[in-house]
Amino acid sequence: MAKVSMKINGQVVTGEVEGRTLLVQFLREGQGLTGTHVGCDTSQCGACVVHVDGQAVKSCTLLALEAEGADVRTIEGMAAPDGTLSPLQQAFQDHHGLQCGFCTPGMVMSAAALLAENPRPTETEVRHYLEGNICRCTGYHNIVKAVLAASGQDVSRFGGIAAE
Amino acid sequence: MPKDGIGASSKRREDVRFLTGRGRYTDDINLRGQAHVHFLRSDIAHGRIRSIDTAAAAAMPGVLRIFTAADLAGVGGIPCGWQVTDRFGKPMQEPKHPVLAEGKVRHVGDPIAAVVAETAEQARDAAEAIVVDIEDLPAVLDMRAALAEGAPKVHDDLTGNLCYDWGFVEENREAVNAAFATAHHVTTLDLVNNRLVANPMEPRVAVGDYDFATDHHTLYTTSQNPHVIRLLMGAFVLGIPEHRLRVVAPDVGGGFGSKIYHYAEEAFVTFAAKALRRPVKWTASRSEAFISDAQGRDHVGRIELALDAEGNFLALRTETYANMGAYLSTFAPSIPTWLHGTLMAGNYRTPLIYVNVKAVFTNTVPVDAYRGAGRPEATFQLERVIDKAAREIGMDPVELRRRNFVTEFPYQTPVAVVYDTGDYNATLDRLLQIADREGFEARRLDSAHHGRLRGFGIAHYIEACGIAPSNLVGQLGARAGLYESATVRVNATGSISVFTGSHSHGQGHETTFAQVVADMIGIPAAQVDIVHGDTSNTPMGMGTYGSRSLAVGGSALVKATTKIVNKAKKIAAHLLEAAEADIELKDGKFAVAGTDRSVDWGAVCLAAYVPHNYPLESLEPGLEETAFYDPSNFTYPAGAYACEVEVDPETGKVTICRFVAADDFGNVVNPMIVEGQVHGGLAQGIGQALLENCVYDGNGQLLSGSFMDYAMPRADDLPFYEVDHSCATPCTHNPLGVKGCGEAGAIGSPPAVVNAVVDALQRAGYAHVTHIDMPLTPARVWAAMHAN
Amino acid sequence: MHDFEFVKPATLAEAVAALGAEGAQALAGGMTLLPAMKQRLAAPERLVSLTGIADLRGVTPAPGRLRIGGATPHAVVARAAAAHYPALARLAGQIGDPAVRNRGTIGGSLANNDPSACYPAAVLASGATIHTDRRQIAADDYFQGMFATALDEGEVITAVDFPVPQVAAYVKFAQPASRFALVGVFVAKFAEGARVAVTGASEEGVYRWTEAEEALNTHFAPTEFSHLDVPADGMIADLHGGADYRAHLVKVIARRAVIAALG
Repeated sequence: MAKVSMKINGQVVTGEVEGRTLLVQFLREGQGLTGTHVGCDTSQCGACVVHVDGQAVKSCTLLALEAEGADVRTIEGMAAPDGTLSPLQQAFQDHHGLQCGFCTPGMVMSAAALLAENPRPTETEVRHYLEGNICRCTGYHNIVKAVLAASGQDVSRFGGIAAE
Repeated sequence: MPKDGIGASSKRREDVRFLTGRGRYTDDINLRGQAHVHFLRSDIAHGRIRSIDTAAAAAMPGVLRIFTAADLAGVGGIPCGWQVTDRFGKPMQEPKHPVLAEGKVRHVGDPIAAVVAETAEQARDAAEAIVVDIEDLPAVLDMRAALAEGAPKVHDDLTGNLCYDWGFVEENREAVNAAFATAHHVTTLDLVNNRLVANPMEPRVAVGDYDFATDHHTLYTTSQNPHVIRLLMGAFVLGIPEHRLRVVAPDVGGGFGSKIYHYAEEAFVTFAAKALRRPVKWTASRSEAFISDAQGRDHVGRIELALDAEGNFLALRTETYANMGAYLSTFAPSIPTWLHGTLMAGNYRTPLIYVNVKAVFTNTVPVDAYRGAGRPEATFQLERVIDKAAREIGMDPVELRRRNFVTEFPYQTPVAVVYDTGDYNATLDRLLQIADREGFEARRLDSAHHGRLRGFGIAHYIEACGIAPSNLVGQLGARAGLYESATVRVNATGSISVFTGSHSHGQGHETTFAQVVADMIGIPAAQVDIVHGDTSNTPMGMGTYGSRSLAVGGSALVKATTKIVNKAKKIAAHLLEAAEADIELKDGKFAVAGTDRSVDWGAVCLAAYVPHNYPLESLEPGLEETAFYDPSNFTYPAGAYACEVEVDPETGKVTICRFVAADDFGNVVNPMIVEGQVHGGLAQGIGQALLENCVYDGNGQLLSGSFMDYAMPRADDLPFYEVDHSCATPCTHNPLGVKGCGEAGAIGSPPAVVNAVVDALQRAGYAHVTHIDMPLTPARVWAAMHAN
Repeated sequence: MHDFEFVKPATLAEAVAALGAEGAQALAGGMTLLPAMKQRLAAPERLVSLTGIADLRGVTPAPGRLRIGGATPHAVVARAAAAHYPALARLAGQIGDPAVRNRGTIGGSLANNDPSACYPAAVLASGATIHTDRRQIAADDYFQGMFATALDEGEVITAVDFPVPQVAAYVKFAQPASRFALVGVFVAKFAEGARVAVTGASEEGVYRWTEAEEALNTHFAPTEFSHLDVPADGMIADLHGGADYRAHLVKVIARRAVIAALG
């Protein structure tokens, strides 16, 4: 076992891990941050995406020890402390960008990384950027729409019904 | 009506917890003292177990105990929930499905041993040290070969590999053959409905717990129907009475059918928790899901359509081989039969239909319902053969469909079911209007200018949802009823807790069910909470699948709420010193008709629980009602879909340019959620048509065993869809007039896509391409173009 | 996965020393190695992370050349190489998905030499030089078949030095599930001649398509492949496409790469 220390959602945490402990295991099992999910074992689905030093990474394919000293942000750190959703999270609710919710944390973290890089993406750019995040419920329509809406663009031309 | 009642696109209340990482899925549950199990699974498709040596593994660090079949004395097999009777009146062949392999392994992934250890990694480490000596047997894979004389047998104690040979309607067989013999034109099509893997994003998880002090068992599991699991596992596998067995399905990350069934892993963790006096947890990896979750579709067969000189359908005949896999999953036998044969009339007045289905055991993962379940297979056969027939007789495929539409309702099909209502011309008109078929030629020329082949395809579908009338399914072999239940508990201050037997795993029941109750009473939906997924606090329910939740579970909810309203009116009449018959409920107030005297909802609820001024001599205090609803018929959602594609002639790659869906779901409670259901179904249907394929090699090894080879639809594979549900004919036999919307997209879209691709190739001069089997991968499309 | 000892040295010398132990393996981005370890297809006893060695990261332009540190993630190459070697930057920007590109490295990709990976095509078509802790290896000598390279046990790729062509482009026809190349072709035109590298297609891994190079040397134009014969023999056949299909795609994709290069 080795000691690992990192900042998660602004708080410094320390824990004991094996060499093989993945960051996602450290988050879920070590820290009780179960919002980050595991949906595959081949680094394809993206349910486990978190930000490490500001970059989207798949936490199922990163050793916890590789995140030593890093600044990690998870889905639990995306809303305001009082629970107010971020504009991106709110857009997902307003445009019904989630159903079962399992892919949602990774989807939100990837979309947040996209908007940080590219504040006004096109539809094509959103679809390409999200190619590493698989959703089985929504058919992506409302996810893409939510991301475009969160970037401040008018999404009425894409059809579909938003929440009242 | 409150603004968040029926018909409102209310925001989903589920979303906040999912968007902030505060959902509670089964894998998020960790009990004190919990141990972990890893299943050692067969890596060959078919073999005889000579010996299993666990001695070295048992000595590995952290190992608590290793179980094989020999350690499961008294544990029953996994039961099948439906018995199909064959065309000769005999019951299907039903093999035992042991929790851990007994004597033989029958598919890659069949569990041989279960290692329970302190940690999941220790359990897996130890599983690698188990020595299994297996005699390799030839794998049974091809369904026709499996039925040949002398083929190796999946189950030694059965007669061959045929589960059943089903004919429907058997009495029509000769009449159908006679109609074919004299028909003006017969169109024949051989096709494959590709095997799929449901792949909900949450892999399956099960946690077993046992309290020796009270002899109570608890199972937390990723299920679409916790009561069904309690029934099957308690009664048939482990012999635990219902009052000592609690099954909890908390937030569930999608199911699409694959989480209906009772699985061996659930029974094992429940059993082992008692054996070890410790909670036992199992979390599937995705790789494990590929070889242990029931798979979908996998039909191979032929369909023939007989027409007269004017294009009227005279008769329809199919011969289908349906893969059951190695064992019968919970509802497997019913999928290619009662959920398939009964839909072969489609939207059309075909007077004579005969469906033959041979269900076959093979050395593959069991096959069961997957989104649509039997109906996509029926729709695909029918809508493909109609398109082919139109081409052969030189008629516009749209006109050929119109000519044969059912237009009068109720309509008794020749395959048992009665369509209560519908308007297929209306959805078709709406579809063609949105899809702008008139403008297609201009778009095609523009594509051609860019070197692309453009095609336009349509398909219709009808499905039987709202499953199902219990007495009917009982006659058809179901070993359960298919009603639904609801308890409406009104609290003293007027807030309401609803307990439903339906189960939401993405459908948003917590929002829509609250809309229904709030609307009926006239209070804000925020006053209503929906509780589901726990057998300890919800009434007996059959769960969520078959687009049944609103049609059946919602109807139970309406029934229970109606009881509440009726009792509340009695209380109000007492408080208002008026006759009960004069009391009207409107906008959350009980008023005496024709007066300005009223008492509001909250006051009535308070009176029910603080009955100081209350008719105690004639009415019990309290305000809580339970109702069970058993539907009198199926519901029949129907619709018309159009797909426009471009084919890259150099690579064969198909791009979906537009996809339009015009559905008739009857009444709609939350339009936003309904559209979302259609979107998701379309993605899965387009996935089946273009991307997804579960493939075994000649030895029964799964070639598409991960997302590296099983092509899941991604955001950049799909377009924005154009979805419409304005052509609504409300269901005539349930109180909400709803039909169900969860599966439609996956049912109607595959033939629309394939029809569009064939159209593109035909228009480009590839006259020999009359069909391509799904998925229409670039390689397959290119090969079809260059066949000959 | 099996457990292992994890070390994260700060210098190349320490890394090379740590890799000298029995059962030691280098860990770059881990995008291939960690999934393989999860499947228990690989079980190193010691993982030596290269991500803490600052010298191994970065994109350094020089006249006519571009040097990329061995542990530079794809996302960094996609950004930093864009002004200097756009075709290479675009290739890097198409590998995997954004989260994979933030971790996966050029050295990791080349050391693994997956027959469907993108980077080998760029390295081979560019005639790049692979620098290791102990020597320099020309691209033509480096790739030795599917998952096989000229690297010795414990040898670490420190940098890849690319000569920048006059024009170049990479076109990937993606395998629909993994998004790796079903066929990918990198075309580069240098003063000395054209180089064409094909990935995803051959059972031998990435290879130079010399017939296409000769045709392009005569006339660098997209019309020149129609007469070439690409045999299906030795092409990969799997559930995503047969050998004949891949052979066909090589011509189609190569032509598209030339068109893109001429942009």
